[in-house]
Amino acid sequence: MDSATSETRTPLGASADNGLKIVIVGGFGVGKTTLVRSVSEIRPLNTEETMTRAGEAVDDISEVRDKKATTVAFDFGRITLDARNVLYLFGAPGQERFWFLWDRLFSGTLGAVVLVDTRRIDDSWYAIDRLEHHGTPFIVACNDFGGPTYAPRQIREALDLDPHVPLLDCDARSRASGKQVLITLVEHVKKQYAGSAQVSPVPEELTL
Amino acid sequence: MSRPGRDDSPDRLYTLTGGRAHAAPDSPFDLVTLVVAECDPGPGLQSEHATILRLTQLPTAVVELAAELKLPVGITKILLSDLLAAGRVSARHPRRTAASGVPDPDVLEQVLVGLRNL
Ligand SMILES: Nc1nc2c(ncn2[C@@H]2O[C@H](COP(=O)(O)OP(=O)(O)OP(=O)(O)O)[C@@H](O)[C@H]2O)c(=O)[nH]1
Ligand SMILES: [Mg+2]
Repeated sequence: MDSATSETRTPLGASADNGLKIVIVGGFGVGKTTLVRSVSEIRPLNTEETMTRAGEAVDDISEVRDKKATTVAFDFGRITLDARNVLYLFGAPGQERFWFLWDRLFSGTLGAVVLVDTRRIDDSWYAIDRLEHHGTPFIVACNDFGGPTYAPRQIREALDLDPHVPLLDCDARSRASGKQVLITLVEHVKKQYAGSAQVSPVPEELTL
Repeated sequence: MSRPGRDDSPDRLYTLTGGRAHAAPDSPFDLVTLVVAECDPGPGLQSEHATILRLTQLPTAVVELAAELKLPVGITKILLSDLLAAGRVSARHPRRTAASGVPDPDVLEQVLVGLRNL
């Protein structure tokens, strides 16, 4: 356990005291890990959480023994923003069957990036539906796999996207592009909360 | 790199945590809570506890600890709860303005500045 990973660890500064989360979602193989890798200051790491069917973190090992639990693997990267703030990017599992766990696993996230492969637009529909349901701010980024180029209007129509949700093109392999995606998301989050400051708070844990 | 938890049979996890029940809603640890060691890994500590104390000489997020330990996040949180209760680590939790979970506008601005400076 003290081998390669520990030797190459890049620790945070001593004054870091505020962790933030952004989640990258989208269908299988759409470039989530690639995007995390492009912008992360560490090589993406992988870990897993064991969840019960109720969507709660396992609270008793006996539940693991009874196989009532589901294991969800995800990868993540990190961006040190300043002396105190550090942003973690999570590549959410793409499989639909994990989505019932999503709000618990990534509760408190600033927002989400929905990655779309224009050759398989329909794969993203489910992710968008869940995010809307949870009230999580999100943007849509079309990852360039050399697929057909559609007018933004066509993509919005295909995804049944609310007009206020930002939509942009990106190349998940490019750091500059990944950075622009994140900035677009955070600007959107800022706008969304500024606009809803007077609205009563959203309950923290919504059930599916 | 191998996936954490790959070799973690329920029996190994049971041994690590003493099979304790762990009420998730009470756990103070978020995935991105930053953990800092408050002491050196002295002798007589469970090896995972000692490893955590070594890894947290500087602030380290729960999720990074889990990845380094190759343990599921939930088990890592149980180990951290032990260390926290014993005063061996401290926890820096994510800042939130309200129970609503709405992010602090100042923090959002800091995030934007940080991202633009990348
Ligand atoms: N042409 C092109 N290929 C890409 C791009 N982004 C990712 N890829 C490739 O697409 C493949 C899948 O990318 P991943 O980042 O692993 O996708 P993922 O969403 O993490 O996949 P899963 O976690 O398995 O769902 C890899 O071979 C990448 O190199 C892109 O922008 N353009
Ligand atoms: Mg991936």
